[in-house]
Amino acid sequence: MSSAPALQCDGVRVRFVSNRQSVTALDGVSLTVAAGSLLTVLGPSGCGKSTLLRVIADIVRPQSGEVRVLGTTAEAARRRRQIGFVFQDATLLPWRSVIDNVRLPLEVGARSALPPEARGPEELLRLVGLAGWERALPHELSGGMRQRVAIARALLGGPRILLMDEPFGAVDEITRDRLNEELLRIWRETGTTIVFVTHSIYEAAFLGTEVLVLAANPGRVREIIPIQLDGPRKLSARETPEFMRQAGHLRAVLETC
Amino acid sequence: MQSGQLAAGPRVAPAPDAAELAFITEQRNARRRRILLPLLGGATLLLVWWALVEILQVKQFIAPAPQVVARTVYDKFGLLMSNLAPTAVEAIGGFVLGNFAAIVTAAVFVHSRSVEQAFFPVAVLINSIPVVAKAPILVLLLGNGLAPKIAIAAIICYFPTLVNMVRGLQAVSPQAMELMHVLSASRREVFFKLRVPSSLPFLFSALKIATSTATVGAIVGEWIGSPTGIGALIIQATYNFDSALLYATVLCGSAFSVLFFLAIRAIELWVVRWETGVAP
Repeated sequence: MSSAPALQCDGVRVRFVSNRQSVTALDGVSLTVAAGSLLTVLGPSGCGKSTLLRVIADIVRPQSGEVRVLGTTAEAARRRRQIGFVFQDATLLPWRSVIDNVRLPLEVGARSALPPEARGPEELLRLVGLAGWERALPHELSGGMRQRVAIARALLGGPRILLMDEPFGAVDEITRDRLNEELLRIWRETGTTIVFVTHSIYEAAFLGTEVLVLAANPGRVREIIPIQLDGPRKLSARETPEFMRQAGHLRAVLETC
Repeated sequence: MQSGQLAAGPRVAPAPDAAELAFITEQRNARRRRILLPLLGGATLLLVWWALVEILQVKQFIAPAPQVVARTVYDKFGLLMSNLAPTAVEAIGGFVLGNFAAIVTAAVFVHSRSVEQAFFPVAVLINSIPVVAKAPILVLLLGNGLAPKIAIAAIICYFPTLVNMVRGLQAVSPQAMELMHVLSASRREVFFKLRVPSSLPFLFSALKIATSTATVGAIVGEWIGSPTGIGALIIQATYNFDSALLYATVLCGSAFSVLFFLAIRAIELWVVRWETGVAP
């Protein structure tokens, strides 16, 4: 795709200081993500996966190192609404209907009008399979449906990078499988670069064009492993020997972290 | 999209089968029990009251029988209402003033930690003075009209609402704050789009408590040399050993308090529609 990488981290170091202890969440993290790719981030608990996403989204400022998002700083990219974020729980505002939750980005921040080529809230709800649910309140939806709403909200305005922090960690396995397939479809239809944090080796291998494996204490890059799967990524692809081999390799790398 | 979970929406209503009918019947019975049983409890209380007065031959100036109180409410309805009016004005006025002040203070506290640290202890201190002790001070300060009673009712409402409102405005999930940050929302937008709506369930639970405390404040205020009001009537009836009037007055005051509560509850149901029965 385009020549400039979507994302570039160079020697990123993040320390959290509290009065009991200080933790180095990320230490010397460097990586490059090409535009249009889907990077999954895998690693043991406490390896700084979520912190890495928060650094890219300009929620957490690194103590040292540089983050370039679409050729600018993370802050500039955030202010230009080029970053979408999907949290571990859907983080919908419970007093707003589904459609009003998706519209939230139009009501806050500097941006108030959608660019003409961007998809509107109704179209995004159709994209995530929730047409007809516009007026429902979040408590009327299942966990999986709430996460779809969160994805639609993150896609509003057509961000160039979508950051997802274990978005399907709290939904059941059957729903998670379906959402994985739909995420791949959405990724193909929108062409957005996605960074997807997960605990699941299978999810990482199934979704990712590349898997970033982080080691813990302090969080650092262990390895970046490209995933090659022949044919379209269907759920059944997870039963092929080739997929099993690559997942096995991921597990082996993960055990050294 | 042919996902099975989406088909089961809340909008589809097929004809009920036997099991569903049984469920509906059970629900209806449960609802009936919820209304009937408290009525039965109240009737039992009245019966025991009546029986005790009859059996023990209690003199009327010590404790009247329930039917005497009912008779008094009917006979002296005009007197009761003309005394309820000032009390209601004081309670509602104090309620509005006190809660408004509390909401504004909470908004300031949430925006400035230093103001909160400086003035929260002062608020706690004022709150720790008993109402009966505050009342004479305010009567001296504000004279003997409606003003001191409104002030007492306002002060008594103020503190619980302040505490709840500060809690409510801060009860925003860290992820929701991160979301607003990613969207580059201003502090003002975070306040009005996120903090205020999340605080509403907290606010209403404080307001419901404030309905009865504001009424208590107004009545206590009237105990100190007031010529009219439920509080004044209570004092007069007690000094005249007119216990039937005393009971009728108390009944009238609590009926007002209950109606006040129900009115706020109705507004809450209309405003806070997203909370499914889990008020904090």
